[in-house]
Amino acid sequence: MITELGHFALILAFMVAIVQTIVPLVGAHKRWPAWMAVAEPAATAQFLLTAFSFGALMWAFIVSDFSLQLVTLNSHSAKPMIYKISGTWGNHEGSMLLWVLIVTLFGATAAWFGGNLPPTLRARVLAVQAAIGVAFFAFILFTSNPFVRLVVPPFDGQDLNPLLQDPGLAFHPPFLYLGYVGLSMAFSFAVAALIEGRVDAAWGRWVRPWTLAAWVFLTIGIALGSWWAYYELGWGGFWFWDPVENASFMPWLLAAALLHSAIVVEKRESLKSWTILLAILAFGFSLIGTFIVRSGLLTSVHAFANDPERGVFILMIMGFFMGGALILFAFRASAMEARGVFGLVSRESALVANNLLLAVSCFVVFVGTMWPLLAEMFFDRKLSVGPPFFNMAFSPFMLVLGLILPIGSAMPWKRARISRAVKPLRYVFVLALAIGGLAYAMQTGRSLLGPIGLFLAAWIVMGTIVDFVQRAGRGPDRWSRVLRLPRADWGKMVAHAGLGITMMGVCGLMAWQQEDIRVAQFGEPYDVGAYTLTLEKVNRYEGPNFLSTTGYVTLAQDGEVIAQLNPEKRIYPVAQMPTTEAAIDYDLLRDVYVVIGDEQAGGGWAVRTYIKPLTNWIWIGSGLMALGGLLSLSDRRFRVAAGARKSNAAPVPAE
Amino acid sequence: MIRAILLMVVLAFPAWAMDPSEMLSDPALEERARALDHALRCVVCQSESVASSNANWAEDARRTVRELISAGSTDEEVFDFFVARYGEFVLMSPRPSGSNWLLWAAGPIMLMLAGMIGFFYVRGRESALAPHEEALSPEEAARLQKILNE
Repeated sequence: MITELGHFALILAFMVAIVQTIVPLVGAHKRWPAWMAVAEPAATAQFLLTAFSFGALMWAFIVSDFSLQLVTLNSHSAKPMIYKISGTWGNHEGSMLLWVLIVTLFGATAAWFGGNLPPTLRARVLAVQAAIGVAFFAFILFTSNPFVRLVVPPFDGQDLNPLLQDPGLAFHPPFLYLGYVGLSMAFSFAVAALIEGRVDAAWGRWVRPWTLAAWVFLTIGIALGSWWAYYELGWGGFWFWDPVENASFMPWLLAAALLHSAIVVEKRESLKSWTILLAILAFGFSLIGTFIVRSGLLTSVHAFANDPERGVFILMIMGFFMGGALILFAFRASAMEARGVFGLVSRESALVANNLLLAVSCFVVFVGTMWPLLAEMFFDRKLSVGPPFFNMAFSPFMLVLGLILPIGSAMPWKRARISRAVKPLRYVFVLALAIGGLAYAMQTGRSLLGPIGLFLAAWIVMGTIVDFVQRAGRGPDRWSRVLRLPRADWGKMVAHAGLGITMMGVCGLMAWQQEDIRVAQFGEPYDVGAYTLTLEKVNRYEGPNFLSTTGYVTLAQDGEVIAQLNPEKRIYPVAQMPTTEAAIDYDLLRDVYVVIGDEQAGGGWAVRTYIKPLTNWIWIGSGLMALGGLLSLSDRRFRVAAGARKSNAAPVPAE
Repeated sequence: MIRAILLMVVLAFPAWAMDPSEMLSDPALEERARALDHALRCVVCQSESVASSNANWAEDARRTVRELISAGSTDEEVFDFFVARYGEFVLMSPRPSGSNWLLWAAGPIMLMLAGMIGFFYVRGRESALAPHEEALSPEEAARLQKILNE
């Protein structure tokens, strides 16, 4: 019964979305306040209906209602409760419902907190947002309905893919979707501004929090996913340049570019049409991501439930929204002339460089991801593009970005002198070089990657802190002024430092990892790097829905035991799938990563051991980036001054 | 427990990535073999290299790599061996030959194009700077200095 109500609510939400697409748009065009006002209650109703529908599906998973096809295919009565709940979105249909739930959630928040927007703009934003909703409601109802019943319900389900039964991955999709779909708000604002035919500083200020929020969620989602891959896939890789990973990384890069260019729109009324274009493209890449995952067009470890018919449907949605928005852009972009003027050396130019590097690096990822398809279509070559290509073609952009970041962010708006911007940074540069040099001297005959990583990290982290402290000016009460600097400045510092720290983790891990594969005999110690490992015993036990083979490994350093590690190999009988549960001794300087393998015919067990230096900094850095975004998001100006639409260029804030 | 052991026997575990028995005794050759493993794609898997895959095919490929380099093949010859049998798809990273130069050049070309557009845009913004905004006049500089001194 609840299931049918959920299904019905979904259909109702679809109807409401159609109304919300048409009525406010007409109202805004004709300046009929009553028609425009339809948007807000409609957005709320749409959200509540979709939330109810999602809740109904979740309920079916919680009570293991196997008369629902989706529950049968993706759940099992013996599964722990948290994975029953996360099973709701651990499949194609449910994840699409979550997707559309977030679309309506963002629409509703724009309706609730958009009181200070001009009424026509708000009506149009909500209408465009509802149009996205319409497309995905139709997609769910016509091609991937989660509420399909089975005529003869089975006694038990077929279990969720055991790889997905993990706390890291349970919350990875919701964050990722919040990010993807958050960009739909930027898209809606961009299209609404194109329809309105005006973009000004106030628009930049309105669109920035949404972009920032989307970027923060994407950062968290991607970091969770990569952390999961690190500890779950059994060999400690954190990024595979897999099409689906790229699909989440491309919107992240563009969102990063967008939130920087929106600053230029907000503060300097320049880069307007570029910012609009970025907002359109960023959401476009979110749609491409959805398309790549669902269509099975590109082979990937993630591709679940793929079906050509669904792929074509999403392709049509993408064609409609991208095509429509870009045509609108072509007609209207010329109307948005830039007001602000600035010199060749200025913060604006630095942000242009930032946008260039981020957008082109996104383009490289895009070409690399799509190349197998293009090569097959046009050159009849069946090939694949993997990590070696991306490492070589993508990394240089990040290197340059890291190099110019502290200098660019130290420059003042409008006109800067390079010597003045660089002056406080020179000691930092020398110190960073020294740190990189030290790393180079201490390592033996390896690549330059590690030293470069440490240099970049030191340069970015120290440079960004020096710039931050400079912002408070000179004088006796400098440090109390530092504390009172706007949250946006705090956010900027924290996020930039986070980027540097992540770069350090990535370079450190890739350059200095040690690997050891061997047959370990019980009680016989062996050395890996500075550590001594001993396999004590191997036990088998039965978990709630899996069977485990667990090794007991003692980790010692300089004769002292520092950890007991229990690497596991699990098998999930219902899904007939094995997983590895690596045992990791976490440490800020290095992780010791142990995986247990098979029993050997000649006695003993295969054991793999990795020493992974600096790895945790990858996720600490990602966390700092997200925290920086949140700090910026809490800045006063988004809460207080957002309502004031200025008719002239906003005066340059004294910075 | 008996049920558990029975199930384990019934559901045979697939081979596990990189078994110690596969390894070569010569560390230098083994290191080369590992590098090759990472550069070859497991063609029956999804997005996995030969090095990380559990599939039987990948295990065979790892053994083949080791046989080839033990017999004195160069890295290039190993790649040729696999490409001849499984096509270019088996390479993790496409060779920069033929139409693939487009893939490798796409980034640099785009950067140059975008760099030029960006440069001219910034130049355009700069030339819109009115001359009087260019710098402080001597009187203004003097006044500023006076204010700063106060």
